[in-house]
Parts: sequence; C-alpha cells; structure tokens
Amino acid sequence: MNKSHKSKSLFEPSIIGPAIIDSLKKLDPRHQIKNPVMFVVLVVSVLTTGLYFQAIFGHGEAPASFILAIALWLWFTLVFANFSEAMAEGRGKAQAASLKKARKDTPAKKLLQPKRSSAYVTVSATTLRKGDVVFIEAGDFIPMDGEIIEGVASVDESAITGESAPVIRESGGDHSAVTGGTRVLSDWLVVRVSSNPGETFLDHMIAMVEGAKRQKTPNEIALSILLAVFTIIFLLATVTLLPFSIYSVISSGHGVPITVTVLAALLVCLIPTTIGGLLPAIGIAGMDRMIQANVIATSGRAVEAAGDVDVLLLDKTGTITLGNRQAVAFIPTKGVTIESLADAAQLSSLSDETPEGRSIVILAKEKYGIRERQVHELEAKFIPFTAQTRMSGVDLGDGRQIRKGAADAIEDYVKKSGGLFPEDLKSNIESIAKSGGTPLVVSEHKRVLGVIQLKDIVKGGIKERFAELRRMGIKTIMITGDNPLTAAAITAEAGMDDFLAKATPETKLKLIREMQSGGRLVAMTGDGTNDAPALAQADVAVAMNTGTQAAKEAGNLIDLDSNPTKLIEIVEIGKQLLITRGSLTTFSIANDVSKYFAIIPAAFVGTYPALKALNIMRLATPESAVLSAVIFNAIIIILLIPLALRGVPYRPMKASLLLRDNLLIYGVGGIVAPFIGIKLIDMMLVALRLVK
Amino acid sequence: MNWDNFIQISIYLIVLLLAAKPLGTFMAHIYEGRPAGLNVWFASFEKWIYRVCGVRAEAGMTWKKYAVCVMLFNVLGLVVVYALQRLQSFLPFNPMAMPSVSPDSSFNTAVSFATNTNWQGYGGESTMSYLTQMLALTVQNFVSAATGMAVLVALIRGFIQKQTRTLGNFWVDLVRSTLYILMPLAIIMSLVLVSQGVVQTFKPSVTAALVQPMKDGAGKTVTQQTIAVGPAASQIAIKQLGTNGGGFFNANSAHPFENPTPLSNFLEMLSLLLIPAALCYTFGFMVRDRRQGWVLLAAMLIIFIPCLWGSVHFEQKGNLLFDKLGIDQRASVFQPGGNMEGKEARFGIANSALWSVATASASNGSVNSMHDSFMPLGGMIAMWLIQLGEVIFGGVGSGLYGLIAFMIVAVFIAGLMIGRTPEYLGKKIEAYEMKMASLVAFIPHVFILIPTALAVLIPAGKVGMLNPGAHGFSEVLYAFSSASGNNGSAFAGLSVNTLFYNTALGLAMFFCRYWLIIPMLAIAGSLSAKKIVPVSSGTLPTHTPLFAFFLAMVVLIVGALAFFPALALGPIVEHLMMSRI
Repeated sequence: MNKSHKSKSLFEPSIIGPAIIDSLKKLDPRHQIKNPVMFVVLVVSVLTTGLYFQAIFGHGEAPASFILAIALWLWFTLVFANFSEAMAEGRGKAQAASLKKARKDTPAKKLLQPKRSSAYVTVSATTLRKGDVVFIEAGDFIPMDGEIIEGVASVDESAITGESAPVIRESGGDHSAVTGGTRVLSDWLVVRVSSNPGETFLDHMIAMVEGAKRQKTPNEIALSILLAVFTIIFLLATVTLLPFSIYSVISSGHGVPITVTVLAALLVCLIPTTIGGLLPAIGIAGMDRMIQANVIATSGRAVEAAGDVDVLLLDKTGTITLGNRQAVAFIPTKGVTIESLADAAQLSSLSDETPEGRSIVILAKEKYGIRERQVHELEAKFIPFTAQTRMSGVDLGDGRQIRKGAADAIEDYVKKSGGLFPEDLKSNIESIAKSGGTPLVVSEHKRVLGVIQLKDIVKGGIKERFAELRRMGIKTIMITGDNPLTAAAITAEAGMDDFLAKATPETKLKLIREMQSGGRLVAMTGDGTNDAPALAQADVAVAMNTGTQAAKEAGNLIDLDSNPTKLIEIVEIGKQLLITRGSLTTFSIANDVSKYFAIIPAAFVGTYPALKALNIMRLATPESAVLSAVIFNAIIIILLIPLALRGVPYRPMKASLLLRDNLLIYGVGGIVAPFIGIKLIDMMLVALRLVK
Repeated sequence: MNWDNFIQISIYLIVLLLAAKPLGTFMAHIYEGRPAGLNVWFASFEKWIYRVCGVRAEAGMTWKKYAVCVMLFNVLGLVVVYALQRLQSFLPFNPMAMPSVSPDSSFNTAVSFATNTNWQGYGGESTMSYLTQMLALTVQNFVSAATGMAVLVALIRGFIQKQTRTLGNFWVDLVRSTLYILMPLAIIMSLVLVSQGVVQTFKPSVTAALVQPMKDGAGKTVTQQTIAVGPAASQIAIKQLGTNGGGFFNANSAHPFENPTPLSNFLEMLSLLLIPAALCYTFGFMVRDRRQGWVLLAAMLIIFIPCLWGSVHFEQKGNLLFDKLGIDQRASVFQPGGNMEGKEARFGIANSALWSVATASASNGSVNSMHDSFMPLGGMIAMWLIQLGEVIFGGVGSGLYGLIAFMIVAVFIAGLMIGRTPEYLGKKIEAYEMKMASLVAFIPHVFILIPTALAVLIPAGKVGMLNPGAHGFSEVLYAFSSASGNNGSAFAGLSVNTLFYNTALGLAMFFCRYWLIIPMLAIAGSLSAKKIVPVSSGTLPTHTPLFAFFLAMVVLIVGALAFFPALALGPIVEHLMMSRI
C-alpha cells in the first residue's frame, strides 16, 4: 500500500467513473435483496415504471409525465445509494490493485531439508504449502508468509507497509516473521512457510480492501433490523392509506382515491432510504479509514469492537516511555564529592554500550565536565553485566576496581569485601525507586560512592492522549516488568489509571480474563510471541507488523506502522463508524415529519379541501409537492455521501454532551432541513416551469 | 385552560406523584421478598396457596417456561370466562334471569377481560348475571392485571441478574401481585366507594314510579322505570386500579351508581394511573438506581402533560360551529363553558378531559364522559395516546414493559450516536433484543391499520358505522386502536356487537397482548444471561433529563408517525372542516 494514498481526495475522477458504472450494475435484484430498505425502493420503482407504460398505452391513473417524473426519481434514489457504495468500494479497489501487483507468482527455492546446506528445487510460489521450507537470497521476493528458521537479512517491506526504509528480519526473537510479496535486499534467509496460497497476509489485505468478504457486523445487523421494522411500519401506513382514501372519497363524495404513484412516492419518502442507502458505504468507508491509518483488520467486528473498548493495556517500554532509561542525577554518599562519584560512574560505563551506560557518560560530561577517556589508555578491563552478579564495572590498570549495579547486589559485594553499606544512601535509593527511577549504586573496592538515578523518560504528549482516552471513558493500564514502586510512579507520571507490575504472559492473560468477566472490553497491543496468548484473549488485539507470526495470528488488527499508540486512533475510527450510522439513522427518520406535510395534503386535497391547511410549506401544486419530496429524498443521499465516507467527526467528550450535540445536529437538523430543502426544490420546479 | 381547570389538574398530578414513591417502594419490597407488613402477616396463607396448587415457589423458570405458564394461565382464564357467559342462564346469582350470551360476544368479552382490555361490546346491566360479573369479569380484572405485573417483574430481573438463566417463578409473582398489591388496594377502594354511594348488593333491579309519566317510542305511556343495581363497588375498584376499565354498567363511570361524588371521581381517576406510575419507582428501586425509574416516569409525563393540556384546551374552547351561531361557550359562574356534549354536568370540562386523557394513556378504558362527543382534536388526543402503544403509563406492568421496549430502541440509537455498542443498565443491547423490541413496536401497527382498512372497505364493517365521513372513520380507527392497545374505551357511535367486530377486535386484543408478552419475556431471558458492563464516563447516561426527552421523542416517532395519514383523514380533517365553515 502506498503512503501517497493518504492524500487521495474523496472524489477522485479515477474512482467516480467506474463507480457510476458499478452503481448501475448494482441494480441487480440479487444485490438489492441484501438491503431490505433499498429492495423495497427497487420494487416500487419497477411498479411505477409499469404504471408509466400503462399511462402511455392505455388508461393511466395520472398524467404520464407525472408518473414518469416520479418513477425516474425513484430510480435515481436507488442509483444514488448504489453510487455511495460503489464510491466506498472504489477507493478500496484502487489499493487492492497495487497490492495484487505484489502477489505476482514468483519462483521459490524449495529446500529439500529444512537447513541452508540442503539442496533446493525451484518451484512456483503457488505450489508451496504450509510447512514447506524455502531459501531466499538477496534480490529474491519472499514467496509466501513464513517464519525465519535460519539467517538474518534486510527486507524491503514497502509493498505492504509503504515504508521505504528496509527492516531487519532474523530467526528467533520478535522479528522472525516475513510476509509474502516483500523482497530480501541483503544476505539470506531460510523460511518455513506458515500459510497456504490464498490465506496469506497479502490475500487477507486484498480481500479486506476490496470489501469482498465483508460481513455485517453485529451492530450493523441490529441496525438493519431496526430499519426493516421502520420499513414495515411505513409500508403498513401507506398500503392501508388506499382503503382509507377510497372510503373517504365515497363518504365525502369528492375527489378520487389516492393514486398508486403517490402512494409509492410516499412510501419511499417515509422508509429510511437515507441511512438504508448509505449503510453499506459507511461500513466500507470505516474499513478504508483503518487502511489509511495503516491498520489491517482481519475482521470488521474488530473495527466495531474498537469503538467499545473500555480498557486499554499498553506496554510500558516503547509505548509510554522512550525505549531506554537515562541517567538524570548523581547522588553521592556522605564524604564523597559529586565529582568523584561522576568520575567513577563514567569510568565504569566507558565500555558499557547499553543506552543506560551511554547516558551515564553523557550526563557526566554535560553536567560535570568530565571528558570522555579512551579505555585502552587506562589499561582498563571491562567487567560485563551478568544475570548472576547483577552488576558491571571496570578494573583499571592502576588497581582501582569500580562496580555499579543494583543496590542489593552492591551491598553484598562490599560486605563480602569487608565494607559497609552507608545508611544515608538507603533513603536516597528508596526515594529514587518511589519516584519511578532505577537506582544504580556505584562502589570502588569496599567503599560505596553513591547512587546514579536512572529514569524512564515518559514520551512527550502521551499524557494528553491518555487524558483524551479518559474523556472517552477508556481506562489505561500499563504493563511492565518493573517492580510495583517504579510502575506506580511511571503510571502517575504518564497520567494512566493503573498498572500491572512484574508482568508475565500468565499475569497478563489473567488480568484480561478478570476484566472481561467484569463485563469490560479489553484492547491491547503486542508484538512478541509471549504476547500471543493475551492477544488472543483480548477483544481488540493490535499486533505490530514487526512482531512475530504468532502475535500477528493472535491479533485481529495488524498495525503496519508498528506504532503502539495507534490503538487510540483505532478506537476513534471504531467510534466514528458507529456515530456515523447512528446520526444518519436519526437524520433519516427525523426527515419524515416534513415529508408528511408535503405529501398528505397534496394527496387528499381533492377529497377534503380543508386539508390544504396542512400544506404549511405552501408548495405550489399537489404534483410539485409530491415530486419535491421525492427529489429531496434522492438528492439528500448524494449530499450525504461525503459525510458517510469521511465519517461524522468524533470529539472526545462526555457521552451525555456528545449525545446532546449529535441530537441537535442530526435530530433537530433532520426535522428542519427537509422543510427548507423541499420548499427550495418546489420553487425551482415552478421557476423552471416543470410543473403546472 | 382557565385557573379552575389548572388547579384541579395540578392537585391531581401532585397527589399522583406523591403516591408513586411509597407505593413503588412497597411493591419493590413485595417482589424482592422482603418483609413489608402484609407479606409477613399473610405469609402462611401464601404458602398454603402454593401447597394446594402444587407450586414449588423457590424453583426459578427460564423465560420459555415463564411464557408457557403465562399463556396456560391466561388461556385457562379465557375459557372459564367464555363458559360462564355461555352458561349463565343455568347458573345461580342471576336474579334478573339474563339469558346466555352469544358465542361471538362471549369470545370477544372473554379475550377482552383476559387481556386486560375490557372492551365491552355489550351493556353490563342488560347482559351479564351477577355471577358472571363477579366470577368471570372481576376475577379477570385481578389476574389480568397481575399477569402484566408479573411479566414486568420478570423483565426487571433480567436487568439485575448476571449470567442467570431463570427469571423467577410466574405463579409466585402472580400470587404476590394479587394478594399483597391489588387485593388490599381494591378492598380499601371499594369501601371508600361504598361510603360515597356506589352500589354493592345482590338484590335485583329496583323499580321506581316516574314523577312525571312519559310516552315511549310506540306512543305508550310509561309510568315506571327500572333502576339497575348489583355488586358494583367491588368491581369498580379493581377496574380502575388494574387498568381494566370494564364498567359494571354500560355508562361506565359516568353512571351515578359507579361514580356518584366529586371524591369518588377523584379517587377513581387517581387509581387509574396510581399503579402504573408507582411501578416506575419500583423499577428504579429494583435496579438499584432510582433515577432510572424517574426518567421513565418523566418521559411519560413529557407526553402526558401536553396531551392533557391539549384536551382541556380544545374542550374548553368549545364547538367552533356554536361560536359562529353566537352561542356563549365561555366558562362562568353559571356554566362550565366549552364543549359539554357527552359530559356529565357534575364533572365539567377539567374532570372529563383529565379522565379521558388518563384512561387513554393508562390502557384503562373506563370513561366518565363520551369520547365520541369530544371535539375532533380532543378525541384525537385520546386515540393517539392509545396508538403510541399504551406506554405512557399504560396497563399495569404492560405499560412499563412496553416503554422499556421503546427504551431499548432509544438506547440503541443513542448508543450508536455516541459511538458505543448500546447498553442499558449495563446490559448490552444486541441484534436479538432489537428483534424482540421491534416486534413489540410494530405488532400493534399491524392490528390497528389492517383491520381498520378492512372495516372501511367491506360491508360487514361499514354496516356498523352510524356516522358518515371522517367521524365514522375515526370511530372505526378508535375501536381497533383501543383493542390493539388493550385499552377498551370506545368512541361509541359504532355498533360493535356484530360477528365481524366481535371477532376482529377479539383477535386484535389477543395478539397485541400475548405477542408482546412473549418477546418481552424473551428479552428478559436474553438480558438475564448477559454480564453487566460497569459504568464508565464513556457510558451513555440514561438517567438524565435529556434522555427522558429523547425517549419521549422515540415513542412519538416509532409509535405515532405511522398513524399520521390515518389521523389526517379522521379527526384532523374533521377539525379543519369545522374551522373553515
């Protein structure tokens, strides 16, 4: 997928052209039957067209030109609705086409044995099956999704992610998955194929952007039921109007019964065609917005569920904090100058290539002017960190032995050497831990010099995003391997609600299950294989595209940008999808009020002249009144296509305020707008002398 | 609306709202099985009933079993009422020697009383024996009301239970509703009514000499009149309390022996809405969030009060045709003014209009004035309140569960509008609930519109219409609205004791009662099996004034939009024609 796609305007000529053709093709009854509201419009359109021919060739119930005008506008209503759907699909199709290019049939080097040294045969990628092992060299396309079992390589994944910088893929660890259709730029890989043809990630993506396998989501089904009920109710109201009218004509002795044409017009105006027509487009456009956010949804359900999420689990490292802790202060113990502590700390870290080590050197230089020294000049011997000693350090040529490490490790170390651990330092260590930092104690021989304060740096702007989530009613929970004290401090600093400290795959899974049994909907992001069980359990699981195959399979959304804060955007898109449906439903139903005032007086004024009083819009003639209502009903679909495709804007605010605002705009607006619109159309029809 | 009307209506509404809380709390205690006075004193009697009937009171029922019990019990009741009417000439307590009732009328009446409709195609004092009145009709007055309350309680349990399959025991809910709520209230009410002069006797009709002899239609001189009496007070009390409405006498509560004094009139009006209003509070109490109950009551009042104002306004304004003739219709010390046709002079405009709006909204159907003689718009308000689905107060139990169906639709739309899968009281509203709530919303439309269309086309329907034109149409529309809404009041002027109307109205009453009860129980069952979603700031608040207003709008739009064309051809055009002349 191309990043340039993001800038594509809503009404691209290259999309509109095919969409017009598609909207005519979609008149096929087999397509319309899927949408009960629009199917009724189709039936009624055919009926009025039949009445038109009856009027031409025989005795019509109304002037042929009037029936024709109604019939045409009913057909337009259908075509406009189809057009909205075709527009939404068209945007996906353009992307699918570029993805399909990546799915071309490439030759694959199938290994006979699952190791590099084995011989291989060159076969077509389409013949590969799950479990096969292939060899891929620099310049080759990766034939199928798979898991690296041997080798390291740089891979160009731009065909999928739109990101042109190559990424490193290697066996083991969290970056072992490769995607079919991407290309190895350097080195080689041995890959075990993890999916059969037609089931690959690329296939999923294509199917999704094309909207081919789109199934109705639970909310969409519930809404369809509601719309069907409105359709039945209004069908009853219009069908029974014919006998009512016949009775009224007989008993009053005036006028003629209402024509089937006018009844057809009334029916189509009353049933919720606006939302019924735009409903498929809204769903497809929602998926499209996900794609533009570079997120691939493996089910439409996940997109919708995203709007419902009430708990968000986020990994600390890389999401909430910058990847690494940094030294922010040196705190010497009594009798030690800060400079000598900084000096020792710097010496111990010179060969320490970890980001923490680098940050100590930088702090010593920037704050205390201690210049960087060369390790070999000092004849130093670097003591690396091990899990057993839990400290690292340096033995200098002049006999100095400097160590730095966790407080308890250093305490053991100095006590063994016959030294003492100074009491005054203990309170400093504790306060560092409480504030969310990591204390790193520095010692020389048996003497403790002081402590270095390492700190997690909370990402800029993240606090505001969490505040935004809280306004949406979403609780944020930080997942970290840190101890509870540190976790609590970072949670407070980032403005989150809660934390899970010392997290393991089991505790994560347990937390999610507990939340869910309390009725909450949980979202989480993850990339590692050890995240997979929790991802599979979460309701909305966003896997990073850089993650392992296991994680990607467990997730129901895949973030191609591998940006953990993407969840926030996903939630917004999910909400926007529901809001758009709800608002247009309200608008559609609210429109009915004005249509009654247009059509009822027009239909019965011949029988009961007194009903003229209900013509509060003062529409010119009965014909123009009915026609104006039908035209408004058709045109409003076209006018609302941009809203359906873009979605009703979502602003994070309290639910009650959001409801109030949307009710004002789409409810009250939905009542008022058609009064104005119908009147304007009526005036135009009169001005153009299209009605008598 | 003049001051006199305003003060009378205000007093009524204030007393009603003041009574809602204590009675609502009491009912909640009863349904939750907590000690509440009566159930402590009569506990052994209650247990005795279960033992005799073989009911295992502690055994919960799934929604399907609950529904089967409701249906069995109601069909049984229906058969008994039918049989008693057909056989009344052979049975005791028939001092006036009433003959047995015709099959179609018996069917209509049986359905009518079992469904809490109390549509009366017959005249009570000239058709029914005392035994039929008491054993068939009064018994159904109690148990049909108790059925509605039981279904409501099952629905409430659906909201408060977590992942549970059962909804409580129908027999227990039925017995408790009758024994602890309806019986005590009805006994107190009967005694008060008797003190006001409502008759209660087994003696046959009384014959009195006319002060002034008259000539009848055939020119014969009449010197005596027969005054119907009977065990009326006991039936009237429950007829008002249980939103039944079937009068002992044909004139219903306009009859001086059913409603003799201003106090009896006030109390009868109060008991029209008393239980439906209090049940809102019971709902809030039982779901442990009283605001939810107040919101439902507020939504009812948002529709009720303007309707009430409209009815009083149009009736007090009087007949526009009389204005043109220069007739003085203003209220003064000498006359109530306004349209007094079909109204008792002793009740005046305010009490007639108030009763009409209350009885229409409460699915009661008793009357103290003739709705047919209301001004077109005054009559339309009553008809329209019925067409809303009888959820503005509505029948005891049935009104509130109907309103909750609308609430489900409202919550669904509002939930989408704030971007969340809709939930109500922590229960997610999904396709299944929507399907069932939709049935509740549209079934009454089917049974109002289609039979009305049929009636105005076929001779069997038209022959009963005594008034021509728009008014005749209104009468038919009102009859089917009343039957479908299980209301039971009538725009007289339509001869409905015919085979066509007895059958068509009977079917409308039957299906609009039970085809709504079953989906409501299905919703209760489905909700009960769900988890409860905890409240967060993203949860749609359903206890705000905004939501009460929104709920009222949904009721108006779903319930009433479809009737606009029909109303336009009936009362609306009648009103417009009157104002044009």
